[in-house]
Amino acid sequence: MSGPRDMSGATGDAPILEVRGLTVALPGGADRKAAVRDVSFTVGRGETLCLVGESGSGKSVIAQAVMGLLPKQLPVEAGTILLQGEDVTRASNARLRELRATRMSMIFQEPMTALNPVMTCGDQIDEVLSEHTDLSAADRRKKVLDIVREVLLPDPERIVASYPHQLSGGQRQRIVIAMALVLDPVLLIADEPTTALDVTTQAQILKLVLELQARHGTGVLFITHDFGVVAEVAHRVAVLRLGNMAEIGPKEQVLKRPAHDYTKMLMASVPTLHVPERTLDDAAPVVLKVAGLSKTYDSKSWFGKRRVVHAAQDVSFEIRRGRTLGIVGESGSGKSTVARCVVRLIDPSGGQILLSGTDIAKTPHGALRSLRDKVQIVFQDPYRSMNPRRTVAESMIEGPMNYGVSRTDAMARARSLLELVRMDTSALDRFPHQFSGGQRQRICIARALAMEPELLIADEAVSALDVSVQAQVLRLLADIRGRLNLAMLFITHDLRVAAQVCDDVVVMSQGRVVEYGSAAQVFREPRHEYTRALFEAAPGKGFEFGTAAAAA
Amino acid sequence: MATPILPDDTLSVEAATIVERPSTWQRVRRNGSVRLGGIVLGVLVALALAAPWLGTVDPSLFDPVSRDLLPGKTGEITDLDGNTFVHTFVFGSDSFGRDIYSRVMYGTRVSLIVGLATAVVSVTFGVLLGLCAGYLRWLDGPLMRVMDGIMSIPSILIAIALVALWRGSLLTVVIAIAIPEIPRVTRLVRSLVLTVREEPYVEAAVSLGTPTWKIMLRHILPNTTAPLIVQGTFIAASGILVEAILSFLGVGLPPDIPTWGNVMAEGRSQFSEFPHNILFPGIFLAVTVLAVNILGDGLRDTLDPKMARRT
Repeated sequence: MSGPRDMSGATGDAPILEVRGLTVALPGGADRKAAVRDVSFTVGRGETLCLVGESGSGKSVIAQAVMGLLPKQLPVEAGTILLQGEDVTRASNARLRELRATRMSMIFQEPMTALNPVMTCGDQIDEVLSEHTDLSAADRRKKVLDIVREVLLPDPERIVASYPHQLSGGQRQRIVIAMALVLDPVLLIADEPTTALDVTTQAQILKLVLELQARHGTGVLFITHDFGVVAEVAHRVAVLRLGNMAEIGPKEQVLKRPAHDYTKMLMASVPTLHVPERTLDDAAPVVLKVAGLSKTYDSKSWFGKRRVVHAAQDVSFEIRRGRTLGIVGESGSGKSTVARCVVRLIDPSGGQILLSGTDIAKTPHGALRSLRDKVQIVFQDPYRSMNPRRTVAESMIEGPMNYGVSRTDAMARARSLLELVRMDTSALDRFPHQFSGGQRQRICIARALAMEPELLIADEAVSALDVSVQAQVLRLLADIRGRLNLAMLFITHDLRVAAQVCDDVVVMSQGRVVEYGSAAQVFREPRHEYTRALFEAAPGKGFEFGTAAAAA
Repeated sequence: MATPILPDDTLSVEAATIVERPSTWQRVRRNGSVRLGGIVLGVLVALALAAPWLGTVDPSLFDPVSRDLLPGKTGEITDLDGNTFVHTFVFGSDSFGRDIYSRVMYGTRVSLIVGLATAVVSVTFGVLLGLCAGYLRWLDGPLMRVMDGIMSIPSILIAIALVALWRGSLLTVVIAIAIPEIPRVTRLVRSLVLTVREEPYVEAAVSLGTPTWKIMLRHILPNTTAPLIVQGTFIAASGILVEAILSFLGVGLPPDIPTWGNVMAEGRSQFSEFPHNILFPGIFLAVTVLAVNILGDGLRDTLDPKMARRT
């Protein structure tokens, strides 16, 4: 604990942030004793350290500890956090308030909730200045406009007068960044700053953070779970696992030649953008053919204007048995609308949905029941797609019993399907809250398969999962498709995932199909401008993750 | 590194952390507000049930000799068979010479029955209407406009009008108090249904071919119980109050039935000389309503997940 580097008021090459032996306790009754145990790292001037880890690894707790924002239930038990030599863990609340924004600041995952909806963006940046400086109103105004210009927002005058809801997600995140950097802090903590953004917006924000960092020499502590993002921004990488530091080192070393078993496993789980070779039966029967499908939302109100939103327009594709078609696109591209039309959770406005030759686009709801069992869907959020009050068994036998299967037969089917998704059959008597996200998603897949569907739809089914769990579920889905010879419709925003599972790919943008072809063709030589932009924006696209480890 | 790196594809249930948390019932029992409100209400229920054995006399007995006695005074009272005996008027007597203590004890029965019954009646009808409004889109508009209409009339006015229409009896009073509460429950249930019906597990049930009525019973109704229990306690508290108000105004139960409102109504004209006429039933009314509300607060904190996170 002693040595020349302990001296405060450090300048020059001394690190901006030095965390030593940090241990943060968890309240009793949690699954482990400490949220973070004995974690040490440094962030130097102009350096980006990426803290990566799966959910529950304690990465956000570290960010909160540095900012002095830990909730009372999570006390710092041991260790020091030195910000330019000053121990943050011992600083008074008043001192912490002074340090925030002036010396360290933070940007968050969801810019909409990080901004006050009833204040203009300009006023919110101005508030930081009036709290921490003695500048006159005119000087503050000038500084606000300068920083807004610096985060590359168009038309600064208009932007500062806007309320958060009038801006796009990317613009809001730029405002948050402007607020964080307006006083030129030495340390910037970015907690999943691009997770809520679309891939093209994400690429712009990452570029902006890198540029600003280079210009101001800010040290950045970047928290993320996305290894693509790590490959884009990191100088050094620290891998956390269940509150312990698994590995820390330069980017190239950690991502390409990981030393720790856990890091190796993570790197092997990151899906690559290479489309694997797969032999396909082009003569297999067409299970689903969608032709000219459209969905229009026409909101009429007694007062006010009529609003027409084209959620999907003229969408056409087909899926053969034993193949996976992926629909990729950013939020609002209409990919989920298409999926929900195919399951008939919503009614399409036009076009045809031919399921094994029968058009179900206009089947009245009363007659739909006889078709429901042919198409099954797995949803994104594993925590909400099972009724929390019903056991796994009750959830799984519900569908078959609706179609006249006896309880005993339905239970037998549930048991064998749980084995198929590699879950222990003792799961049947448990409630959903007793399982992890990945386990729940397996149960949801088993529940869908219990209906013996011809078409399985996965609507962002792996997006909420950690990368290692995601890899398992993807392997499982591929395995099931092979064994049961299913047709699959796979909706995702993640190009890496799409590259791994899809045989054919539909790229959607603003409700329209912009490109449709085999995965190999679309990924290797995208034809449409939008597809190319999407691929260009994919984080870490040129980076090969620990392939050596994967082979080992 | 004590834990294995990853169980990989053979991930079994045993390998995962099984989350053990106290059951809802345990959390409810441990809550201080629930305990306090529950104990006070328990005492009141005991008092109501044991009223005949608590040194009371028939609450409708009166003796002009013992008019306007102060609390603790002894006087005589004559029962229906003409036997006169000496009785201690713990809470004093009213202007007819009736024992206020007995009237308040027996009044507890009326108040608790009215509270419970209004809660049950309004929740039952509110749930039915709310489920229909929330799940059957075509019914939503017309039904909710009717509810808005009922809500736009002050609830006391509706209750007075309804009792005036039917003549006062326990049943009519309960119905009269419950009807203005129904729209509130309907709104609550409808809003819960509207959120729950968008949950992926309801959509999953739809795609599993589960019929609509089963979805309502199995997947939607159970998720409305916790807020309904909470709302029910608040309705009970307000029902007890409204009954007292109706009786006080002379439009509730007939004056020969002892209720706290009736006792207070009769004591009103003499309040400046004999405040005990209003004081004792008033204290019981306040304590009962407070206990029910505290119980409701505790239940809300433990049952409503949105509130639980604040602790």
